[in-house]
Amino acid sequence: MVPTLNGRIQTRLFLLAIVGGLVTLIIVPVLPGNAPLGDKYRDGFIVLAAVMVLGVAWECLYHFLMQWRWEKDWPTLFGLATGVPEGLLIWILLAAGAIPGIVGTVGGAAFIIQFALIWLAVWLAANGPMRVPFIRWRFVGGRLW
Amino acid sequence: MAQDGSSAGQTHKLPAAGQNPAWWNQAGGGAPAPSGSGGGDLTEELVKTDVWSDGMVAAAGIPIVDSQFITVGGGMGSFVTVDYLRIAGVGTDRMKILSDIDHPWQTYEYLTRVSQIPRPERIRSDSASRPDNIWGFPSYALSEALQTKSWASLKQVLVEPIWADYYTPRAGMVFAGLEREAKRISFFDMLVKGQVRMIRRRREGGYFTILTPPEAKPAKRVAFRSQFVHLAVGYPGLKYLPELQNFRTEHQDFYHVVSAYEDHEHVYDRLRAKPSTVLLRGGGIVSSRVLQRLMDDRENYHLNTQIIHLFRTYIRTSHGPNAWMRRKGGNGFAYQGFNYPKSVWGGQLKAKMRKLEGEDRAKEYDLMGGTNTPWRRRWQAQMNEGRAQGWYHTLEGTVEQGQMKVRDDGMVVTLVKTPQGVVEIAADFVIDCTGLEADVSEHRVLADLLEHSGAGRNPKKRLDVERTFELRGTRSGTGVMYASGASTLGGYFPGVDTFLGLQIAAQEITDDLARHGFCPRIGPARSMSQWLRWLRNQPP
Repeated sequence: MVPTLNGRIQTRLFLLAIVGGLVTLIIVPVLPGNAPLGDKYRDGFIVLAAVMVLGVAWECLYHFLMQWRWEKDWPTLFGLATGVPEGLLIWILLAAGAIPGIVGTVGGAAFIIQFALIWLAVWLAANGPMRVPFIRWRFVGGRLW
Repeated sequence: MAQDGSSAGQTHKLPAAGQNPAWWNQAGGGAPAPSGSGGGDLTEELVKTDVWSDGMVAAAGIPIVDSQFITVGGGMGSFVTVDYLRIAGVGTDRMKILSDIDHPWQTYEYLTRVSQIPRPERIRSDSASRPDNIWGFPSYALSEALQTKSWASLKQVLVEPIWADYYTPRAGMVFAGLEREAKRISFFDMLVKGQVRMIRRRREGGYFTILTPPEAKPAKRVAFRSQFVHLAVGYPGLKYLPELQNFRTEHQDFYHVVSAYEDHEHVYDRLRAKPSTVLLRGGGIVSSRVLQRLMDDRENYHLNTQIIHLFRTYIRTSHGPNAWMRRKGGNGFAYQGFNYPKSVWGGQLKAKMRKLEGEDRAKEYDLMGGTNTPWRRRWQAQMNEGRAQGWYHTLEGTVEQGQMKVRDDGMVVTLVKTPQGVVEIAADFVIDCTGLEADVSEHRVLADLLEHSGAGRNPKKRLDVERTFELRGTRSGTGVMYASGASTLGGYFPGVDTFLGLQIAAQEITDDLARHGFCPRIGPARSMSQWLRWLRNQPP
């Protein structure tokens, strides 16, 4: 899928909510850390929400950078590699206590596992399986509504 | 499989009274039997009349066959459209494919083969552009990885286009997939062989499509009466460069001057027998392919072939109007992965083009289309070697008519007008790789539509279609006519003459047909269930 700005944002929100939500639901109980499960879930979903909210700004930046590409495309690897700066920013904000609503302390290992799995699952879904239920999605720049 | 004219012969019966299909019965009344006074051929009255009645066709003695949907062409455009409709839930009894070829990939395979892409070679198409799979998943790269039990194709898709060339599928894999899908959707049960002569609007709504079956008995023509017509006749025809055409006609020489789009294997045979010079014309993908074949043969058979490559427009560097619209180029070529920038098939350029009209659209086409070829590592290495060793030369210039002649020693001499003056080039063979396309009016069916059925031309002078691919101006009562493929280039969507472009058109047409009540709109649930059927190779 070659995205438009609208399509980027919609696809990110949709996939993070559905795929990211599922991954969070499954992975949180086995993440390292001694906090009660309720707190771990709360923190896990807040991290996910932070990726969604900050992601809207990231997508604007990616769209701007894409304008220098003749093809106006976004290569597959870019979609995977952008996870590194995005993950780092979330981690910095977590460490600075700038993400509201966190009840416990999100450990480094727990964050890396959760973030990496969500990112990988969303990237994989966007690069194939999304086209199965949504046959028009790839022809409208990733827009879903 | 009904791949001959037999299926047409078996269905030349008029529906009996009371069996008339609802879609035309509402307006037209009962189906008249042929009066017997006509000889079953087109009458002068029919040829001259823009809109026909059932009675006129019957009076000519032409048998009428009813089918709610007709697709004309039977090649890749018809195939992907019918594939979409079958997946949407349309039965084979409601559609007919009128074609003079035996299987949908026949013309495509011929053209790719002669232009140096035999089955083991890779075509110029994206991994997810699968005409045999409307979802593009699994992609060709994933299928290849599974078939070959190798990660190589997936790795290439992961790092393309920056750290590797674009992944493209092998022609053989594409054809095998098409064969599987054609059988799965019972393509051949809908196929009626013959030559389509014309399509005319029907007074009571819908259309008549006149077909000449391969065997002219019992009637000379058959009229297919339908509510919907889809037209996918491919390229109207190929043209030679005028000076090459003149040379061929004047000297009756079809040996030394050839087109890359016709079988020209004798050139490569001759090069293996005698050291020779070849003059290549054109800077597109086909010139790259032919060049690769010449360079491969040179290496594999230790030949001493000299290659002179003549570009009409010589691209020296990156080019474009501003920093945000700059295409790579060099050594004569404009470089681009596919026919158009990738976002034409779904990204921001698709969205942009959809809004442009007239001259603005034509300008945008010229900017991002034109002659171009992919930058491939292997080709670059071969050309660099050729330049370094002095057997590959490039040249910018044009040739005026009458500036080609045969020398006494059999060499073809071309006088090339270059920016530095006129240069004389002597070559054993001239290969025209320009792929100039003929005007749509060169195609008999299209010319008839322009003259009699209200069809018009778009800013690029091809058939003018709506965003839904409805052929503008041809509406006939409840009937709608669509067109897709190369003959519609210049419309709101640029990539029409590509695999993915044909699928985008097919999707728009299927959605529009759903709005007209012909089929259900494919929603997420049906899409998923149908994908599972595709995966298991079960009929739709």
